[in-house]
Amino acid sequence: MSAVIESHNHDDHHHGPAKGLTRWLYTTNHKDIGTLYLWFSFAMFLIGGAMAMVIRAELFQPGMQIVEPEFYNQMLTLHGLIMVFGAVMPAFVGLANWLVPMMVGAPDMALPRMNNLSFWILPFAFFVLLSSLFMEGGAPNFGWTFYAPLSTTYAPPSVTFFIFSVHIMGASSIMGSINVIVTIMNMRAPGMTLMKMPLFVWSWLITAYLLIAVMPVLAGAVTMMLMDIHFGTSFFNAAGGGDPVLFQHIFWFFGHPEVYIMILPAFGIASHIIETFSRKQLFGYASMVWAMASIAILSFVVWAHHMFTVGLPLAAELFFMWATMLIAVPTGVKVFNWVTTMFKGSITYETPMLFAIAFVVLFTIGGFSGLMLAITPADFQYHDTYFVVAHFHYVLVPGSIFSIMAAVYYWIPKWTGNMYDERLGKLHFWLSFIGVNVTFFPQHWIGLAGMPRRIPDYALQFADWNMISSVGAFLFGASQILFLFIVVKTVMGGKKATPEVWEGSRGLEWTVESPAPYHTFTTPPKVN
Amino acid sequence: MFKKATRSANHKLLAGLTILFSSNTFAAWNDLNMTEGVTAISKEVFDLHMLIFWICVAIGLVVFGIMFYSMFAFTKKKNPNPATFHENTKVELAWTVVPFLILVFMAIPASNTLTKIYDDTEGDINIQVVGYQWKWQYKYLEDGIDFFSNLTTDWDEIYNKTPKGEFYLEEVDEAVVIPVGKKIRFLITANDVIHSWWMPDFAIKQDAIPGFINTAWTIVDEPGIYRGKCTELCGKNHGFMPVVVKVVTQDEYDAWVQDKKDAAFRMAELTEKDWSTAELTERGEGVYLKNCVACHQVNGQGIAGIFPNLAGSDIVLNNKAKNIEILMEGVQGAAMQSFANQLSEVDMASVITYTRQAWGNAENGDGEIVVPKDIVEYKKPKV
Repeated sequence: MSAVIESHNHDDHHHGPAKGLTRWLYTTNHKDIGTLYLWFSFAMFLIGGAMAMVIRAELFQPGMQIVEPEFYNQMLTLHGLIMVFGAVMPAFVGLANWLVPMMVGAPDMALPRMNNLSFWILPFAFFVLLSSLFMEGGAPNFGWTFYAPLSTTYAPPSVTFFIFSVHIMGASSIMGSINVIVTIMNMRAPGMTLMKMPLFVWSWLITAYLLIAVMPVLAGAVTMMLMDIHFGTSFFNAAGGGDPVLFQHIFWFFGHPEVYIMILPAFGIASHIIETFSRKQLFGYASMVWAMASIAILSFVVWAHHMFTVGLPLAAELFFMWATMLIAVPTGVKVFNWVTTMFKGSITYETPMLFAIAFVVLFTIGGFSGLMLAITPADFQYHDTYFVVAHFHYVLVPGSIFSIMAAVYYWIPKWTGNMYDERLGKLHFWLSFIGVNVTFFPQHWIGLAGMPRRIPDYALQFADWNMISSVGAFLFGASQILFLFIVVKTVMGGKKATPEVWEGSRGLEWTVESPAPYHTFTTPPKVN
Repeated sequence: MFKKATRSANHKLLAGLTILFSSNTFAAWNDLNMTEGVTAISKEVFDLHMLIFWICVAIGLVVFGIMFYSMFAFTKKKNPNPATFHENTKVELAWTVVPFLILVFMAIPASNTLTKIYDDTEGDINIQVVGYQWKWQYKYLEDGIDFFSNLTTDWDEIYNKTPKGEFYLEEVDEAVVIPVGKKIRFLITANDVIHSWWMPDFAIKQDAIPGFINTAWTIVDEPGIYRGKCTELCGKNHGFMPVVVKVVTQDEYDAWVQDKKDAAFRMAELTEKDWSTAELTERGEGVYLKNCVACHQVNGQGIAGIFPNLAGSDIVLNNKAKNIEILMEGVQGAAMQSFANQLSEVDMASVITYTRQAWGNAENGDGEIVVPKDIVEYKKPKV
């Protein structure tokens, strides 16, 4: 039996990818699917980013200039949905596809055909969502949190397409997560115990469990909306005895784990990069794992901190405040571990390291504002203002998205066999770093001063900083064209990369040649 | 603070960032931080905010200090041979326990303030606040006063056709009036979608949710005009439904209550009067521009797919009874709400008459008008 398998593997080794479009349509190869996910995510990042540019252009000055309030609401809704479900999540799934099998020494993902399916339904989901822009009544206009009854009784007809699209995205995420879990649990190389797994693998194992736990909850929420809209039920309709607050409980029971789904893989990435460029073993590996697990568990009992103003009883407000504050403990442990890894290291500052350090600093700033938001009485003033917008953009843009960019610079030599242009990479970093801070830092102030979120026009005392914020956003947006250029340039050619690529790199993926062969680890490596 | 001229000149400045950095155009410190507000609770909330902020700054200085020190001191050039330590139970235990203690230190004052805010005993004056797309209704439960509060900023200002005034988007036709020193309780709910009633100076933000009544209370000691906003996305004109509260002395408040009661009496007289088509149409246009124009538009044509066209609509042209019914009852499952409690009989009759006369509808349809007595008749219980 084993002889048969070995000879089969041997054959595979010589046979590369198919040619043409069918290579991508029919592929079951984790590297191809990873690439598809990453390009798809980048396309969505540009589309969602273009919508952010429309929003910031309208907010450049007080008064309505560029779009109508109705269209403005469609832009802010689609911007949120596309960035969360189309840009950040697929990028992490793409990275998981590329890296998890190579990091655990597996030949591929455990369920390769399902892997193909989970990717290829995504473009349809977003085609359906984006096509709603051209429907009568326009695209969804109720915010990415789609609170009922604005998203049911009062929604444009396209809401049905939105519900369908969310279902497809959910199915894709669940299939992707099953694949990750099965791969990690069953296909690790001999000797790789759970507590020897690279942290990116750990972060994805936890993320995948979170996804499987909460995506069905989201599916339930949108299905109840569908019933309310088309089949005469009243889940969320007060006039029929329903409960609009129930919607928010269900949504945030999904939504809060969802925000950790978008940050845990970033923790994994930052750990690898900081370790590599500090040339020093990561400090506190075990506590990193426990911290991620604690954050994941706590994420299920903090959802109502998004709902402090809906009129919860005092006991609930106190519980959710305390539980939310507790998250600062494991998050703090992670930050202290990263800093201590750098302490007495031997550090160099290549582009991935710059992004990773910016990630730690700016994510921590987002963490501080998160702690402030947890304080319920103060949240009565912060809630639904630009302070919240600043907070979650700090954890999502220089948080999740910087980590994704760091990951691309860090592993692209392994993917393409070519080094990226270091000078251009650093330029991209500095432009993005300045852009992101100029955009989002002033939003803390205008939020504290009283500017609500999701408004197309504002009172005059907010004018100055909105203009500056918009300038920052245009800079950040334009810088991403440079990122596209750098990536394409690296794919086309460049200095050849060695197998280990970086002086301080650790892990199985650096033991195979660069670019990684189409099939890796057909014979499992031995891990000590 | 800004003067009117500075403010309106300010946002015309497209020409370069240099101007933004000159000192007098920039927002004052007050415009960069949370307001201290004017109530005991709002001051407590502000102190809590500053306490947590400074704790975060202190932690940030220590953590980032060590980080930046490491970044400069332990470069490959200065420290070619990295250390090899990678765990230390004592240190790791310390930085788990110490943050926990800091959190407990924060949680105590926060929990105390929250408990004070949650005192929901009866107020001296109870005001029901109802959110509508896109205006607020205030009902004084003891005195029976009931009115709507609409944005008064002109659409020409919003569309940059005329200069913006000092209280751009923060001004209403009728503010909530409350006396100083009394405990005011707000009972907050909504008629259509979820809104949120925010008055920063009182540190009150409560969601207005259909089917629920949330409470909030305040005692204000400083007379003045305070401005806030709706803070929950509630559709197209979410940005255009401000909250304005006018705090006055007890004498001024009593006089205001008397005025409102007299006005209600005069309105009853108007209902009895015989109205001409021209009078109704003229009054109706004003009502239309205040209540209907956001959806059905100035030309009556609505927005395709969401808000129906009134110009040439069969109901508006030829079906007076149905026309009245829609305005009185709203349309189930659509954005059209019932205006029965929002408009007086006179305003209801005149706005229906206006839509039946305007945009060529009188010529194309039966041209029948609706008089206030029709509405009174409609409201009578049917046997």
